[in-house]
Amino acid sequence: MNKVIRYFKSLMMIELWQGLGVTFKHMFKPKFTVFYPEEQIPKSNRFRGIHALRRYPNGEERCIACKLCEAVCPALAITIDSEMRDDGTRRTTRYEIDLFKCVYCGFCEESCPVDSIVLTDFADFHMEDPKESILDKQQLLALGDRFEESISKNRQQDAAYR
Amino acid sequence: MDAILEFAWLLIRIVLYTLLPLILLVAYYTYAERRVIGAMQARIGPNRIGPWGLFQPFADVIKLLLKEIILPKEANRYLFLIAPILSIAPAFAVWAVVPVGEGMVWADLNAGVIYILALSSMGVYGIILAGWASNSKYALLGAMRSAAQVVSYEIAMGFSLLGVLVLAGSLNLQEIVNAQAGGMLDWYWLPLLPMFAIYIIAGLAETNRAPFDMAEGESEIVAGFHVEYAGAAFAVFFLAEYANMILISALTAIFFFGGWLSPFEGWAFLGDSWLRQSSVFWFMGKLAFFMFNFLWIRATFPRYRYDQVMRLGWKVFIPITMVWVLVAAMFVFNGIVVRGA
Ligand code: SF4
Ligand code: SF4
Repeated sequence: MNKVIRYFKSLMMIELWQGLGVTFKHMFKPKFTVFYPEEQIPKSNRFRGIHALRRYPNGEERCIACKLCEAVCPALAITIDSEMRDDGTRRTTRYEIDLFKCVYCGFCEESCPVDSIVLTDFADFHMEDPKESILDKQQLLALGDRFEESISKNRQQDAAYR
Repeated sequence: MDAILEFAWLLIRIVLYTLLPLILLVAYYTYAERRVIGAMQARIGPNRIGPWGLFQPFADVIKLLLKEIILPKEANRYLFLIAPILSIAPAFAVWAVVPVGEGMVWADLNAGVIYILALSSMGVYGIILAGWASNSKYALLGAMRSAAQVVSYEIAMGFSLLGVLVLAGSLNLQEIVNAQAGGMLDWYWLPLLPMFAIYIIAGLAETNRAPFDMAEGESEIVAGFHVEYAGAAFAVFFLAEYANMILISALTAIFFFGGWLSPFEGWAFLGDSWLRQSSVFWFMGKLAFFMFNFLWIRATFPRYRYDQVMRLGWKVFIPITMVWVLVAAMFVFNGIVVRGA
């Protein structure tokens, strides 16, 4: 008997009509789409976007060329050369990140003893030439200057949980 | 000379009145599909190009036409290039006998239904040849699936039409429509309800649309028969698929929904208003309704498994339609449905 009922149910396509009802209802429901370039969804303060090198408030670059980030980077994306500067401190002469190699893991930021290399929450970047994938020291410092406000704000918000 | 001019004028009229509107309809059908399915999935769909994204189809067409047609090295050149044409030509040619309104038909064939059946089976050649000529395993698998599917659903479709023929007593499409005169409840969807449902579902299978899009099955065989096609050649396949969907919608409207007849024909209390007049607009409305069904169904159902498709076709649809042909004959015999009236 059950079998017969099931057979007729499937012939009447009851479930199928219910399914059609669901999709029809959804046609008039409000949509979730975010109009991306104009609208952005809020980002976590731990968001890992493009890299930046930070400076101290007096304008001195933080990086002391300890090369910990270079060593920890799992993708071997960081290349550092260093020399002694005239004032006797050790500074990088070359600091490059290959964005094509980078996996945005954030280990470099974790390893840095002076909070120099950081990942900003900026993700809307692109390159028009494959060569542009390598960020050099000047570009990284410029990015740091550009996003310093959001960088320090995000770090402060997150500090209590670290 | 006069004959040539007349012929040229006829061609121009065909292009102007049938081909161009059809292609435009296809273009906006793709747009409607993306908007409707988007809405059903709580998305928005294309809305960037032009107001509400209305120029999106043209952007797509221009993009496709500018792309290179890639000929696979091992492909059979001629068949590879002929296949898209073979699939689009029948889709357009069938419109020769499709009446959109009283007397608005290019060729008022006595055997219109046969012509339709013959031409719509031609479409599968395009698919088979495309799959075979591409010399790729995915394309071949897709073509084989599609061929088997179309062949088996054609039988069910043919039987549903047989029901219509039994009731209408004619193979001429205009006469079939006129035989349904009398309002919504005199249309053939009611006495032929199971066949109406089967015709719609078999129509989905015939056009290889979801949930019967085995032939494309992008999760299993990439894109099926047109996996090796690019640019304009792919656009032609695309056009053929959508033209076929529109065609099936039109045929459903004609065979089961009274074509251009008004649904309120027999409702005397409506007076002499336009609602009771039969007109092209009723046909357009029914066409739009059935075209929407295609999208609605695609947004709702997941793809069938291949053996389920075959089971449904052979073990469910064909027996039901066979039985219902007898039932329809009984209707006519007992005078429940008056033939040709
Ligand atoms: S985010 Fe990870 S992969 Fe990228 S540079 Fe830093 S350590 Fe290397
Ligand atoms: S960025 Fe930080 S970890 Fe990397 S070399 Fe400079 S100080 Fe060391």
